[in-house]
Amino acid sequence: MSISSLINALPGACAQGIIWGIMAIGVYITYKVLDMADLSVDGTMATGGAVCIIMMTNGYSVWIALLCAFLAGMLAGLVTGVFHTFMGIPMILAGILTQLGLYSINLRILGYGSNSGTASNLSISVDRYSLLVSLRNVRALALNNPIFVSLLFLAILIGVMYWFFGTELGCSLRATGANENMSRAQGINTDFSKVLGLMISNGIVALSSALFAQYQGFADVNMGRGAIVIGLAAVIIGEVIFGKIFKNFALKLLAVAIGAIIYYLVIQVVLWLGLNTSDLKLFSAIIVGIFLALPYWKGRFFSSSKKGAAKNA
Amino acid sequence: MLELNSIYKTFNPGTVNEKRALNGVSLTLSEGDFVTVIGSNGAGKSTALNAIAGVWPIDSGSVVIDGQDVTGLAEHKRAKYLGRVFQDPMNGTAATMEIQENLALAKRRGDRRTLRIGITKKEQEEFRELLRGLNLGLEDRMTAKVGLLSGGQRQALTLLMATLKKPKLLLLDEHTAALDPKTAEKVLEATDTIIREHNLTAFMVTHNMRDAIAHGNRLIMMNEGKIIFDISGEAKQRLTRDDLLQKFAEVSGDDLESDRVLLA
Repeated sequence: MSISSLINALPGACAQGIIWGIMAIGVYITYKVLDMADLSVDGTMATGGAVCIIMMTNGYSVWIALLCAFLAGMLAGLVTGVFHTFMGIPMILAGILTQLGLYSINLRILGYGSNSGTASNLSISVDRYSLLVSLRNVRALALNNPIFVSLLFLAILIGVMYWFFGTELGCSLRATGANENMSRAQGINTDFSKVLGLMISNGIVALSSALFAQYQGFADVNMGRGAIVIGLAAVIIGEVIFGKIFKNFALKLLAVAIGAIIYYLVIQVVLWLGLNTSDLKLFSAIIVGIFLALPYWKGRFFSSSKKGAAKNA
Repeated sequence: MLELNSIYKTFNPGTVNEKRALNGVSLTLSEGDFVTVIGSNGAGKSTALNAIAGVWPIDSGSVVIDGQDVTGLAEHKRAKYLGRVFQDPMNGTAATMEIQENLALAKRRGDRRTLRIGITKKEQEEFRELLRGLNLGLEDRMTAKVGLLSGGQRQALTLLMATLKKPKLLLLDEHTAALDPKTAEKVLEATDTIIREHNLTAFMVTHNMRDAIAHGNRLIMMNEGKIIFDISGEAKQRLTRDDLLQKFAEVSGDDLESDRVLLA
């Protein structure tokens, strides 16, 4: 319980926070921009890592592996999108179906080439492969420090998203999330918008997963369990802290990433305070539950008039 | 410009809530026609409008806009031909987006949305001029979120959006019903002006007899999913509220008084 052990753990928490911040931006796109809760990310948060590690251990370069992880995520998003739009399945259920199906697929990916054909985890050695990010370098003052590398990824991602959501196509996605009736009346194919949004979101989540698997040195079929809750936590923490000052879209995305970093720092502190690792998920669920309730409570108990009017638009 | 050929639509068929909403509606509008549509609750006015807009598929019949059969066309594809203003001011705009972004979305109605920038500098200037024309001071608040505007301002903006790209047909669904009388009057004035300036064909559903008489060159009355009265030209000019009430009494068989209350 010494303070130095906490300080020692902070760089790692920071790196994890940034990588999960990338994931949280994916969640932000569905949850905030498109106003849909997509649970398939619990599956894609393992798929991306599995694809990345299996490709690298089979001799592909890290960049190809990352690209394929991203594409695999997009494919998962496409499936969820088709469930929801073409097959008319409610969003939550569509996400759960994809997530469940991905569990089996992830086992297959991780076990590709092995005797049984399935595996629940797969490790990769930083000594034998040129990983972009690794836990080992987290305290190194060098360019291969995972904090630096993941920050670079984060900056590029925010830049690309800022550009995309300013284009005609990106605007049509935002419009779909804001008001579906109006969007259709303005000639926007809202089903297409939703599917595209889900694809982009899951692609980003899978990319984050690929980075995270490299960082921790292995991919695991359970590494995505509860990912949606962590993503939501980051979105909400970012919003609560920076909502009033960050109005620009790029800054809002940055706020989400900072939210993820804060989340991991807080986790590190409560672990240091003696919380058992196995109780972490309960802790996260309670925290996120409370933060999700805050806007509702605020409207119900602290506002004088016209609540929820704008939300129903 | 618009041709409706014996359109039928039943909601919740085969259940206790079954409702035959459109019972063989046929209507032809010529270019430049401004028709007001009146009828009591559940007469099928808004349903007819939604059938034109393609909100859901119709059971039978056909919708032809400017010579093109759009019966099988999805709502977002039909939008190319249609400008729409909804009853609920919240419905016609995206509250969380800027005024200028909403206009930019409307400007691209019917176009393919590409990876070009969502709103250009040139468009910003164009929008500023158009907003100035509304006389609501919105030209100085182009980057404000639409959610901050009043109901009347939002309806005026929606009207501008609906006509930014000249539609073949303008659909107005009781678009002043949710506004206070003074604002409603202003929005109706703006509606008249825009329709006249652009020589638009318009289909305006209304609850208000006076508005139905005062605006447009043609009036139709609906009852139980059918068009029961269709008057245009000079005959419409001479139409009075009592004539309409009389007509209502004829078709509904009785209850002149309750209609008078309902349509006052």
